[in-house]
Amino acid sequence: MGITSKPVVFALLSTVVILIGTTVTVFIPLFMPSTQPVSAYIKPYTAVEQEGRDIYMREGCNNCHTQTVRPLRTEVLRYGEYSKPEEFAYDRPFLWGSRRTGPDLNRVGGKYPDSWHYTHFRSPQAMFEKSNMPPYAWLANNRLDVANSFKKTSVLGYGYSENEVQQQIDQCRSTVTNDNYPSKVSRDKVTPPELQKELTEMDALVAYIQKLGRDVKKMEANK
Amino acid sequence: MNEAVVYNYKTVRGFAWSAVFWLVIGLLVGLWIAFEMFNPALNITPWLSFGRLRVVHTNGLGLGFALAGIFSASYYMLQRLTRAPLAFPRLAQAHLYFFNAIIALGALSLFAGMNTTKEYAELEWPIDIGVVVFWVMFAVNVFGTLIKRREKQMYISLWYIIAMTVAIAILYIVNNLEIPVTLFKSYTVYSGANDANVEWWYGHNVVGFIFTVPILAMFYYFLPKSTGLPIYSHRLSIVSFWALNFAYLWTGAHHLMLTPLPEWIQTVAMAFSIFMIAPSWGSVVNGYYTLQGNWDQMRSNYLVKFFIAGITFYGLQTLQGPLQGLRTINAFFHYTDWVVGHVHMGTMGWVTMIVSASFYYMIPNITNTVIYSIKLANIQFWLMMVGQVIWTSAMWIAGIQQGAMWKATNPDGSLMYNFLDTVASLYPYYQLRFAAGLIFFIGILIFVWNLVMTVRQEPRQAEA
Repeated sequence: MGITSKPVVFALLSTVVILIGTTVTVFIPLFMPSTQPVSAYIKPYTAVEQEGRDIYMREGCNNCHTQTVRPLRTEVLRYGEYSKPEEFAYDRPFLWGSRRTGPDLNRVGGKYPDSWHYTHFRSPQAMFEKSNMPPYAWLANNRLDVANSFKKTSVLGYGYSENEVQQQIDQCRSTVTNDNYPSKVSRDKVTPPELQKELTEMDALVAYIQKLGRDVKKMEANK
Repeated sequence: MNEAVVYNYKTVRGFAWSAVFWLVIGLLVGLWIAFEMFNPALNITPWLSFGRLRVVHTNGLGLGFALAGIFSASYYMLQRLTRAPLAFPRLAQAHLYFFNAIIALGALSLFAGMNTTKEYAELEWPIDIGVVVFWVMFAVNVFGTLIKRREKQMYISLWYIIAMTVAIAILYIVNNLEIPVTLFKSYTVYSGANDANVEWWYGHNVVGFIFTVPILAMFYYFLPKSTGLPIYSHRLSIVSFWALNFAYLWTGAHHLMLTPLPEWIQTVAMAFSIFMIAPSWGSVVNGYYTLQGNWDQMRSNYLVKFFIAGITFYGLQTLQGPLQGLRTINAFFHYTDWVVGHVHMGTMGWVTMIVSASFYYMIPNITNTVIYSIKLANIQFWLMMVGQVIWTSAMWIAGIQQGAMWKATNPDGSLMYNFLDTVASLYPYYQLRFAAGLIFFIGILIFVWNLVMTVRQEPRQAEA
């Protein structure tokens, strides 16, 4: 009787059936402008911010924090303007997340000074007694590995030259190691003396966190 | 009857023990992270921090336990239903070793933080290639054996095994297209909203084609086998099979409600999610009606309890899931612990119930023994049942409370609670979850003990 006695035909038919919904809702949208809107205000990450993003991924921060603010009244009140598709043009992968054990981070950039983040990463419970976030003090003990930074930005298509990547790294280093860096005291507290003149993994993570949602504010202001 | 056929059970056994091994490991990690949720002091090293362990837990149980269980039962059903030995027994054996090597490497790499962050597809590219290779090894045996089969018709369970094989191939490869930077680091080829859409098409369907489709294959095979009752309606099986396969693939975006993904994709996903109730319940009804007139077996046949409880949780799961996909309900529950409760009703209540019942049928059968202790199996059933029900209910209530606190406003329109209030208010639920997880885990340890003691018995003499 019919296809239940023809395994290969059965498999092909299953494949076709499976591909119908896939094509309509996944394959076709890949090429539609509505899934990939672009804005001149949204800039790619700098090499250091990208390294910070990779650390965020490595530590699985996305398991507890989302990066998408929904267009709901209380959500906008809590986190800020809801997320727009343009913001994520350079996000590979996307980090919208699926669970909020901690708060959403899509608009966290600029909300707190760098010093706050150094202290909080060292011991979240020092800032919020009842927080269940793991401590990340050890990130400041690791020198930031920039060996692949240029390769990363080129795979991601950010369009920086090798020189520009080096400049971004140097600039970030001179900012955070400068005596006039407003968050110097907090940074020195977490960073071991031998790394105080270097970029650490925590510096990169702070740089990334501070970038989140910043460009979109300019985009909204100019609408 | 079939004296001529010599079935190959070596691989079946190997995968069964692998499943049991990864189940214990995955649950231990689960208990550890459940504890971390209310006591962050357990994040003692980077390797044991929640962010890394959570993916070890999901991959260890999803890929390690569930897949090994599926491969074990599939190799068994494949041979019995075709009345033919495996086409390539040595390939199957290689599949077993290679699978375990990849799962172990996968777990180690996730511990080390090599992680693409795409949910249920976190493994980095070299391990992805390994995953694809072990699926190909499996598929070769599936189709090879089907072509060499002696039974003309393919039984329902074989349809589900075929559907799983082709769907997982498409899903896994499309979602994991990455550009390597180094051996340990890659970036997905998709960006932003598209990456999200591809990922949740994958994420939802990998649940469908690993936690639903092959588990249904086991249900459709082992329920009639262990009760001696034929499946109630063949026609209902056909309709629900094709409707499930067709509709599943449209629904992934219900994980992305109210995100920047274009609204029409979300709406299509919502509509198909509601439609999905029909084929899912097709199988539930088919299962219930199979026992029509023989419900006394719930009492006399210890395995029936596992199957009926399992399919009941599947039924509840497939009602709850579509409702969560509705935009307004989603707005309340998404990102809360409600969803965590939902997932675990399926994994603890449906998948683990059916896999353990299938093993209880299969293992004595292939080792020519009888189960060591039915009493222990019953104790296991109740520990799993109680553990799971407390576990998921605790998370549902936590989710409702959390959702309500996130939404609560004062009369002047300002927020009533800051985020941390909501976190702190959940700790009692997290403690309850840990306790419930422990109860479930003890049930699993009894299961392992019972299986070990079963195979250590002297094989029975062949009956005349």
